[in-house]
This record gives sequence, structure tokens and C-alpha cells, in this order.
Amino acid sequence: MYRVVEIERIRQEARNVKTFRFADDSSPLPGQFYMIWIPGVDEFPMSISYTGALKGFTVKKIGRGTSRMHDLEPGDKIWIRGPYGRGFHIDKRRKSLVVGGGSGMATLGPLIEEIKGDVIIAARTKEELIFTERFSHLNPWIATDDGSAGFKGYATDLARKLVEEREYDIIYACGPEQMIKGLVDLAFERDIDIQVSLERLMKCGIGICDSCSINGYRVCVDGPVFFKEELKNMDELGKVRRGWSGKREVVR
Amino acid sequence: MLYVEINGIGFHNPLILASGILDESGDTMKRIASLGAGGLVTKSVGIKERQGYPNPVIYELPNGMGLLNAIGLANPGIDSFEEEIHLALDSGVPVIGSIFGADEEEFAYLAKKMEEYGVNAVELNLSCPHAKGYGMEIGVDPDLVESIVKEVKGRVNIPVWAKLTPNTHRIVEIAKSAENADALVLINTVKGMVIDVDARMPVLSNGFGGLSGPCIKPIGVRAVYEVSSEVDVPVIGVGGITTGKDVLEYIMAGAMAVEIGTAIYLRGIDVFRKIEKELKDWLLKNEIKSITELVGVAQRR
Repeated sequence: MYRVVEIERIRQEARNVKTFRFADDSSPLPGQFYMIWIPGVDEFPMSISYTGALKGFTVKKIGRGTSRMHDLEPGDKIWIRGPYGRGFHIDKRRKSLVVGGGSGMATLGPLIEEIKGDVIIAARTKEELIFTERFSHLNPWIATDDGSAGFKGYATDLARKLVEEREYDIIYACGPEQMIKGLVDLAFERDIDIQVSLERLMKCGIGICDSCSINGYRVCVDGPVFFKEELKNMDELGKVRRGWSGKREVVR
Repeated sequence: MLYVEINGIGFHNPLILASGILDESGDTMKRIASLGAGGLVTKSVGIKERQGYPNPVIYELPNGMGLLNAIGLANPGIDSFEEEIHLALDSGVPVIGSIFGADEEEFAYLAKKMEEYGVNAVELNLSCPHAKGYGMEIGVDPDLVESIVKEVKGRVNIPVWAKLTPNTHRIVEIAKSAENADALVLINTVKGMVIDVDARMPVLSNGFGGLSGPCIKPIGVRAVYEVSSEVDVPVIGVGGITTGKDVLEYIMAGAMAVEIGTAIYLRGIDVFRKIEKELKDWLLKNEIKSITELVGVAQRR
């Protein structure tokens, strides 16, 4: 069952990244996602980047469906189902370090609005940073691989530095899988709690097709947010995923 | 109380994971076994890697009626499936390798491979309703069904199960043509379509799909009832089983065991545990010592 929603506003966030705002009366938790159908084109999963009455999807142009989405204008419609999956478990009392790599920041947007702590916004280069204005009041740390803005280097390196200098109870992360893997390792090494949002190729979105499974966990239903105890034995993290046929592939 | 034996294979309960649901990854199958499934049927695997259809591949019917899907027999190909089988076998419950082919030779080749990988039985997919040249397109021809079953039987030593389609008026005739198999599995999904009126087009990228879930249960029960009285091999019931009472309906219609899939979507991944408890409670209350006492009791004789 889909519902049709109308796009009200569009904002260019970064190179190849746009936010689409729409009204919908569902009540997603930070970290949850929807399936977006563009009839005749594609259906794809998308995490919610703005909760509240005027919701948002922040979409990076990567495939057929997302490219078509980037051609849409205010007044155009999309078909959605959801919200799906398990979101972040938020404890407002805990001092948090939030690390968003590239479009992974989209997933973390609603979470950042609810927690206290520090935020790292990271990307390969300055033009790919998103939500620096949205969260400017929080004075986010910036990291770019090429040093075009903020800290020069990987988000994991900056996170390691901050973790060594400051005390955190928990790390929340979303972004490239090698970044997540690095942060999970850091969390175990420094005995800090961690929750991460993972991404896998997704077909059904409702926990039956097995396409998005990682070590027996379904990203669409058991995740996309996973907790430290689950990540402990997740040896496919950063290594193995499944392609459209279900064949094992190497994670880059 | 729930132990059943089919073709000499022991199942600690008659609740088997159906093909096509959470059975692409060996780890996921292991998890489902640990959550109560008595056996596991793998995703249908073919000779070559196959991508299946683009999204949307699934549609959720309102009010928990069920699902319409057209995944399109996506699979990594038989050569890439050995690792998944080995992981699934680690679970300790019987593993049944589901295979699909275009002709006798492909089915026989795949069955042999599955046997080499160590599965306890193979299930021939003669019934997928949404893939050109496979499944149901083969499974509605009694002569072809007969010759595929015969060829596979001649090439492997493990039991051969034939999964049949409800999308025919000749179900008993087809079942009889497949009677050389060691067991018959009824039913696969029912061919269907959903149109989104706002989009003015079918939802599934393939147009047609296979309907599953509670809305097809009476079709499955009827098929098991009709077929089990006409054949001498065990029948395994599939289609819309969501509760312990649904299992009993199929058993009383003549099934020895059942396969469960869509219920995972409706009641969670631990649904096997839940159904197992419902079954036990009913059997205790009705003072039945073994579920096998109930096989076919609803048949009018």
C-alpha cells in the first residue's frame, strides 16, 4: 500500500544531493526509512532526514531512481511506504559523538536534533558536505579527505582524536562502510557504546527477501540501526554484501 | 508430539521454512532454524546467476491479507551456493535445496549439485508464477512434469520433492504425473496483479506476481485435500499458514508437514516458535499424542 505525497520544497544541499520536503502524517523515529516508488522508474529505500509535519528525504543521485528524483520539482508526486526498520535508541542524558560521512548525514539529521554532544560532518571534499548550515548552531567539526574544509583526513581519524581528548558515552554513525567499521573498532577499543546505521541493497524492505541481510540480520527490519552487541560478531561488516542476484560481493 | 518423518528424514516439528523467504543467505537460514523451524528450504537456485526483476518486487496487501511478489527467481547460480548450503546445514535441521530449470537436463544437473553439497532432499520448483520459461510455465504440463521428475529421480539418491502450482484446473492430474517424486509440495503462489490507480499502472515492475499469505490459504487447503487422497506419496502443505490452527487445517486435509513464509512478515522472524507453541497447546488440550494422528482426518471417506 503506497500513499502519494506531494513535494513542497526542494533544496540543493551539496553536489548531487538534494532535500525534498513533503507533508505526511506518519511518525518516524530517527534512523527509520521509507521505500520511495517513482512509477515506471524504480523503487528504493531512503532514510528520513526531517521528521515532524513537513518531512524530508535528503537524496544523493546514485542510481536510476535517485537520478529521476533529482529531476522532480515542487508540485510533483512520489509514492511512499513506511516508515520501516529499527531507528536509533536515544538516551538524551548520554554525551554523544555523532559522525556522518557523506550522505550518511541525511540519516543522522533527526537524531542530532534530539541528543547532546559533538557532531562530525565529513565528506571527501568541501562540495560534498551536507547540513553544515542546518547544524551551524552546534558548531560541528568538519573533516574532508582532501582538506578543502576543516580537518584534513578521514572522519575516523578526527573521531579518534576527539575520543582521546574528550569523554563520550556513545558514538552514533552513518556513512561509508569502511568509516563505520573504523568507528566500531574504535568503540570496542575505547569501551564506548555505539549505534550505527547500515546500508545494503534492499528489495522488499519488509524483512522477507534476504537481499539486505548481514550475518543473518536483516538491515530492513532488524536494522538499519544496529547496536554494539550485534556489531561484535558481525564479521561481514566492511567485507561482504550481496548483489542484486544474491551473490556475495566484496564491500569497497 | 510434533516430530514427523518424511522420506526417512526426521523433522523435530513439521514447520519448514518455505522457498523464497529469507533463504538466500546461509546465516539467515541458520537463524531461522535457531528460532524454531523444523526444516529449511533454500531459495530456488538455477544454473546461472540471475538478477531477477527491478523494484518494485513486492506489494503489501492491506489488512494483513498477504503479499504479491515478483522477485523473478533472482539467485547467485548453483556454483556460488555451496557456501550457503554448508552454513544452513550447520543449523542441524534438514535442508532441502530448491532448484529451477528450463528442462529435464537442467533440473537433473542442479539436483546432482545440491546432492553433492549435502542437502537432505531437493525440491523442484515447477510452480513459480512469474518467470518466463520456468516454474509454472513448465509445471502446468503433466507430460513435462512427469519426465522432469523421472530424470531427476534417476540421477540422485536423495528424496525428490515436487512443488506444484495452483494456477491450473488440472491439479490432480499434474500431481499424479509427479507421483514418481518422493513427496509433493502444494501450493506455490497464486498468479495475480495489483494496479495503483494513482499511477495508473501495475505496481510490480514485472506486472504479474505471486500472491501469498492468509488470502490464499483456502486454495492451498483445497489443493492438499484434493491431491492427498489421490496420491500415495506424502504431501507437504503451503499457502497462507500463519497460526497453529492453520497448520492443523493443512494436516487434517492430508499434509504430513507444512512450509511457512509470508507469516514471517506478518508475525516476525520468530513465528516458527510462536506457531509451534500454538500447535502444542492445541494438541495437549485435545489429548493428541502425535500430530501424525491427525493427518487427513478431515477427508470424507
